[in-house]
Amino acid sequence: MQDSAVVAQGARNAAAMADHAHGGHPTYLLHHFNSVEQQADASSFAMWLFLLTEVMFFGGMFVVYLIYRNWYYPAFVAGSRQLNVALGGINSALLITSSFTMTLAVWNARMRRKGGMILCLVLTFALGAVFLGVKGAEYKEKFEKHHVPGEHYSLQSFLNPDSDPAAAGTRPLPLDEARHTELFFSLYFAMTGMHALHMIIGMGLMAYILFRARGGAYTAGHTAFVEYFGMYWHFVDIVWIFLFPLLYLINRH
Amino acid sequence: MSTSTIVRLPDQSTARIPKDNFITRENGLLSWLLTRDHKRIGILYLISITFFFFIGGALAGLIRLELLTPQTDLMAVDTYNKVFTMHGVIMIFFFLVPSVPATLGNFFLPMMIGAKDLALPRVNLLSWYLYMAGGILALYAMITGGVDTGWTFTTPLSTHYVNTNVITTGLAIFIAGFSSIFTGLNFIVTIHKMRAPGMTWFRLPLFVWANYAASILMVLGTPVLAVALVLVVLERAFGIGVFDPARGGDPLLFQHLFWFYSHPAVYIMILPGMGVISEVISTFSRKRVFGYTAVAFSSVAIAVFGFFVWAHHMFIMGVSNYAVLVFSLLTMLVAVPSAIKIFNWTFTLYKGSITFETPILYAFGFMGLFTIGGMTGVFLGTSGTDIHLTETYFIVAHFHFVMVGGMLMAFLAGIHFWWPKMTGRMYPEKISQFAAVVTFIGFNLTFFPQFILGTLGMPRRYASYPPEFQILNVFSTAGATILGVGYLLPILYLTWSLRYGAIAGDNPWQATGLEWQSQSPPLTENFTVMPVMDHEAYDYEWLEQQQERENQKEVASAG
Amino acid sequence: MSHISPVIWQFLVKWMTNFALFPPEASKIAPQMDALYFFMVLVSLIGLTIVVLLVISFSILYNRKRHPVAVQIEGSTLLEATWTIIPLGLFLVMFVWGALIYFRVFTPPANAMNIYVVGKQWMWKVEHPGGQHEINALHVPEGRAVQLTMISQDVFHSLSIPAFRVKREAIPGRYTTVWFEATTPGTYHLFCTQYCGTNHSQMTGDVVVMTQEDYRKWLASSTSGESLAQNGERLFASLSCAACHNTRPDARGPSLANVYGAKLTLSSGGAVIADEAYLREAILNPSQHITQGYAPIMPTYQGQISEEGVIALIEYIKHLDSDYRVEQTLTTTDMLPEGEGATPAGKASAGNAPAAKGMVKP
Repeated sequence: MQDSAVVAQGARNAAAMADHAHGGHPTYLLHHFNSVEQQADASSFAMWLFLLTEVMFFGGMFVVYLIYRNWYYPAFVAGSRQLNVALGGINSALLITSSFTMTLAVWNARMRRKGGMILCLVLTFALGAVFLGVKGAEYKEKFEKHHVPGEHYSLQSFLNPDSDPAAAGTRPLPLDEARHTELFFSLYFAMTGMHALHMIIGMGLMAYILFRARGGAYTAGHTAFVEYFGMYWHFVDIVWIFLFPLLYLINRH
Repeated sequence: MSTSTIVRLPDQSTARIPKDNFITRENGLLSWLLTRDHKRIGILYLISITFFFFIGGALAGLIRLELLTPQTDLMAVDTYNKVFTMHGVIMIFFFLVPSVPATLGNFFLPMMIGAKDLALPRVNLLSWYLYMAGGILALYAMITGGVDTGWTFTTPLSTHYVNTNVITTGLAIFIAGFSSIFTGLNFIVTIHKMRAPGMTWFRLPLFVWANYAASILMVLGTPVLAVALVLVVLERAFGIGVFDPARGGDPLLFQHLFWFYSHPAVYIMILPGMGVISEVISTFSRKRVFGYTAVAFSSVAIAVFGFFVWAHHMFIMGVSNYAVLVFSLLTMLVAVPSAIKIFNWTFTLYKGSITFETPILYAFGFMGLFTIGGMTGVFLGTSGTDIHLTETYFIVAHFHFVMVGGMLMAFLAGIHFWWPKMTGRMYPEKISQFAAVVTFIGFNLTFFPQFILGTLGMPRRYASYPPEFQILNVFSTAGATILGVGYLLPILYLTWSLRYGAIAGDNPWQATGLEWQSQSPPLTENFTVMPVMDHEAYDYEWLEQQQERENQKEVASAG
Repeated sequence: MSHISPVIWQFLVKWMTNFALFPPEASKIAPQMDALYFFMVLVSLIGLTIVVLLVISFSILYNRKRHPVAVQIEGSTLLEATWTIIPLGLFLVMFVWGALIYFRVFTPPANAMNIYVVGKQWMWKVEHPGGQHEINALHVPEGRAVQLTMISQDVFHSLSIPAFRVKREAIPGRYTTVWFEATTPGTYHLFCTQYCGTNHSQMTGDVVVMTQEDYRKWLASSTSGESLAQNGERLFASLSCAACHNTRPDARGPSLANVYGAKLTLSSGGAVIADEAYLREAILNPSQHITQGYAPIMPTYQGQISEEGVIALIEYIKHLDSDYRVEQTLTTTDMLPEGEGATPAGKASAGNAPAAKGMVKP
């Protein structure tokens, strides 16, 4: 046999080994797995492990937050006061609801209901988009009030609280404490920014899922991608559930 | 059977490389760049990390040339600072961390456990692309001005006091970190979920245990480095102040975040190498590794303890005395499992049947040099002596002994050991043994004087030094030249062997792992019939029986 | 601590020093640290020899020609236990021994004389309390405990004196200390060992150990005329510290006489010892270091005062044992806050210099 013919025969042999007619297993079973169960088991484990790495990632930032909050509590109280609890609360509600709609989307996928799944995904996407919009408005307000750390950071709201309706009635901070509020905002932007980045990535993935879903991709019995995306989305939600009280609710009565 | 080599090659006049193998199955550049085959990805990694190794090595050469004389006369001091920084960044993140896992691990882990591929082949390919992206970004940073903060990016130097490409390099390492995380994730899932029938945990080759332990570190530790780098980039770009004392930040916090990863990182780098040594020592003494369970558990112990010792890099940085006590004690604990391994490997040789092919020469080099490097780690983990020895050339010597004398030798041992399986060809034995000896001699001449320099007090990262340190520096540079030759030779003869090397056959070393039960080079799907593991790891009696069966088959078919 | 005969010990050290294989021992702690170092070298050599001898002898005895059939051995729990427990035991001995030395190096004796060091890119500024200033040099007397209180003005630096076997980082934002007692007059290297930028390799200097007599002469001849404490007194007045820190009944801040080393209760309830670190923080970040019973009105001086200035103030406060001179300042200037009770301003000089009455007691 010629070389290329041998190679081609090898390729055919390999294909035969994984031939669908041979074993009757579904098209979505990847060829390096022995069974659908093994594939699902391995993929699910992988997704949980990935979320664990994300926990370590956000965890690092939470540790930084905890240390500085412990050292500079009054500054953190004053900084937290500047955040709008109503908007933060709305965002929390939006995100928790989006987790609910995401769960519904996964359920619909399992029930092979394409229309239902697409509707729930669109709702999730919309809720996420509104969340990001609210976040954007909050960031804009911070920018306008010169509470973005860096060159243009202003201590006025803390040295002179009556000049700022959000801080009216609180005691003015001495200069050295006021300086530490910049750390609070650094952490605010770093942590919510990282969170928002994860949400944007999530919404990009959602757009991809919606595109594939129209072709019936996840309602034909193979829901793995949607399920794992759901896990990711829930994780993003849980991070926010920690962020909200830690950033917005310091010493509020 | 009393020859002094274990190698058993097929009859060279009739032997051929198998026509259908993972290299010939598909052709064309795209079939390599878009491959999902773990073996092809391993080869892609092998080529790229070799490339980065030589860049890092060239930078090392420049460092040693500069240090021939006490003055800063070869290059401007700013350039020297950039050279040693890039040397560290490239060698650590773009050579040592991926070296064994991404090349040999990717190639052989699935085969060793009897699987057709890793659990997530596309993620594996993504890992390589992330590595390349990070590497190219790092090279870009180097070419467009370099970084001169040291690979440790100490704040506030890196955030406020240098004008160089800190952000670009930080991002490059961030991206490469994800490559590492995905590789580790893939390995853990594969080992847990894709073992062949009969392949219980305690029948796994020790190479698998070692990579498993390293993968745990990769997955849990690297994200913290990512956070540390992100915060440095944010502080540099936007002035956020988390590490700036003038604004209430604490630069020591960066140290904690950085070393929380970077200490486990050194175990990420060494554990896979230790796995290679287990395989090599076993094969070339024809014996099961002495104390298999102890060696397996010691890998995991190193991984676990490795997470709790990071502040031994910070003993004189103003951490509290009590913190120093705790971390010093834990450091003593993490040293013990490594000692256990060395003794177990030594006793594997006892009543074995030893031959001295190149892989075991490198393994012996590893054992001696890692013992020295590891013991000097204890010098540094002991808080009292660390005061005098830290931040000097003693540290430089210590980590080069464990990383170069240890890890790089283990890497070369592994490359030589598995070369016939990967390529179907044997490397030339005499010249490779010569290269191993040259490397060993060059290494000792380069790095042993540095222990003495460190004890004398010569600080690290110095472009100029007091004249009484010169003679030892000259020895060190002379050794580096020899070492360079020792590393160049394998490139030459391994490449040569691709065309002119002897045909290796399935199992030239008569080794016991599952990977040796396939053809060389292996098929894309690794095995024609999925293996069932019915014997223990390193079961040479099983191997003998198997060889008997094959001999009988041959006799039967011939007669 | 050394169990080797002193004669052999001296011989070893001298020989190694002359061949530049080992740094000179010039401090009290150096021989102690070297003893531990040599113990570790010995243990390492023995360990290495054992491994190498075993590997070589096994390679000879059991090479394939001589021993063609391997004997499969599972392992030996006894051996595992042995080579776990013995190394662990040795490492623990080293840990304890090393910890003792570490604590010794970083716990200065009460009678140590203090010298301040400010590190900056790329030089060491050494400030003696008597007002002697050095750059990249450190003169110390032999036979006296010397404590270095260090801080960095910019990035991490690390002060290393190999001959004394001491090293400590100088960090921005907090003081670090190390102490030693020099034993042998001579000149020794001083290095910066924490990479700090472009001229890190140039940030070196000399430590000059002198006999007590020579040191006294050097002190007398090198003084700038004003001790750190006197400088601090001047700063204290020019920054208007006395406006609040005095002994008047309506004083807005605590009197600072004898405050150094005292135990204070803070307004947050916690207790602190008023050491250098506390004093520095109280000047730069006062809001979190208010003494109980006083309103949190002290302004921060961050940005208005250099590290040397803070050191001078601390030296002043350390030696302040009465408020007499502070009171004098108040009566001769109109330093008190406006509307806070009339001062017989009289011939007030416009604000700042206190009437100097001889040197402040060292």
